[in-house]
Amino acid sequence: MRIKITAEPGSARNNKTGSWRVERRPKFLQKNCIACRLCVLVCPEGIVSGKEKNDFKTDYLYCKGCGLCAAVCPKKDIEMVPEEMERKK
Amino acid sequence: MKDFIEGSEAVARAVCLCKPGVISAYPITPQTHIVEGLAQMVADGRLKSQFVNVESEHSAASVVLGAVAAGERVFTASSSQGLILMSEVIFNIAGMRMPVVLACVNRSLSAPINIWNDLQDSITLRDSGWVQLYAENNQEATDLIFQAYRLAEDSRALIPVMVCLDGYVLSHGFEVVDIPEEDKVAQFLPPFNPAEKLDTAHPKSFGLLAGPDYYLEIRHDLHQAVKGALTLIPEITADFKRIFGRDSGGLVESYRLEDAEMAIVSAGSVCGTIKDTVDALRAEGKKVGLLRIITYRPFPEEAILQALAKVPMVAILDKAVSLGATGPIYADLKAAFQGKPAKKISGYIAGLGGRDITPGTIREIFKQLAGPEVSNQFVGLKSSF
Repeated sequence: MRIKITAEPGSARNNKTGSWRVERRPKFLQKNCIACRLCVLVCPEGIVSGKEKNDFKTDYLYCKGCGLCAAVCPKKDIEMVPEEMERKK
Repeated sequence: MKDFIEGSEAVARAVCLCKPGVISAYPITPQTHIVEGLAQMVADGRLKSQFVNVESEHSAASVVLGAVAAGERVFTASSSQGLILMSEVIFNIAGMRMPVVLACVNRSLSAPINIWNDLQDSITLRDSGWVQLYAENNQEATDLIFQAYRLAEDSRALIPVMVCLDGYVLSHGFEVVDIPEEDKVAQFLPPFNPAEKLDTAHPKSFGLLAGPDYYLEIRHDLHQAVKGALTLIPEITADFKRIFGRDSGGLVESYRLEDAEMAIVSAGSVCGTIKDTVDALRAEGKKVGLLRIITYRPFPEEAILQALAKVPMVAILDKAVSLGATGPIYADLKAAFQGKPAKKISGYIAGLGGRDITPGTIREIFKQLAGPEVSNQFVGLKSSF
């Protein structure tokens, strides 16, 4: 019996990589955002979305918490916050 | 139609009859004449195929990998350093279960640079998951091309096949070769129609990552598929004989082994020299024979055990060496006989880098076989030079 070694495209969506996240997650403050879209560009998962100023967010089902979006934000409008603190709120 | 032609041209004509949709190769001695011939056929409109010129063998192998994944029958060829440069892709082709057919015109490996024949290049890739077939003469090299496509593309196999022919001895040697008629080839070789292929309308991912949870099983699957060729090859050669009327290819060939007391095991064109020497020695009353390995991967262990069961002394003539160990065929054969009734099995290495193997060399091996058992004895070493 031959094992199937090809796959339908888009299967990466089945892997909820958000479970890899430890300690910190990005918090989009949505206060000083200028819609420069740098956070969208740098996100290795391609899961930051938004169009207008103060409208950007990420998808925590896939966000691995790498912090690139927070590091690149010129207005410091994204903060890495502890996981637990955020969940309690 | 019978024609007196060069081995490379015979192979090119055979490939042309199989009508590959994409051919990609890079010139390298002594393989060049094959793809030169094919390029000419495409340029003349005799072969409707896309000939992709590339900047290296790595790219040539990559082009045929992509093309076969898209559902085209493909062909490539190489030798020596070119084949080794392809090796990264060679392993991928097998792992992705792509039925590529490659003609390897056997040549030694550098350094020192040497363009002449031995089997080191293809033998070095024996662990890649490719079927390896070794031709004795140009008729067989031609016939193996048809059989290679038939085997590779069989839905029970889907594994790449390397047709190996000795550089110069076969590739540049002129012999009478029977090139079959187009309708007979069509009867033997059905069109290539893979169940899965790259298609922009129905995208699929090929060549995916497999972690520790899956890799072992997928490699086992490939291993089983390569071993499965041991069942398919006799079926294919029987069908070949039915359509073309001649025996060609197969797992092994036994030559005058019935009552033999000594036998040489080898592969490739040197077996022609061994056959002549066996005939001469038989005329002198010596009971000697030859076992020719045609299919080296998968290793036809059962067929070898059966053919050599009653031969008490066996010499393996390797035209390659696993440096620091033994000849590759010797090691495989010795392992096959492990635990079986004891017999003398000696390993000899000769003919590296095109050193001529003459009937005298073969006689010397039979003479040494009567002496102490050896595992990696070089034959014909000069004591000083």
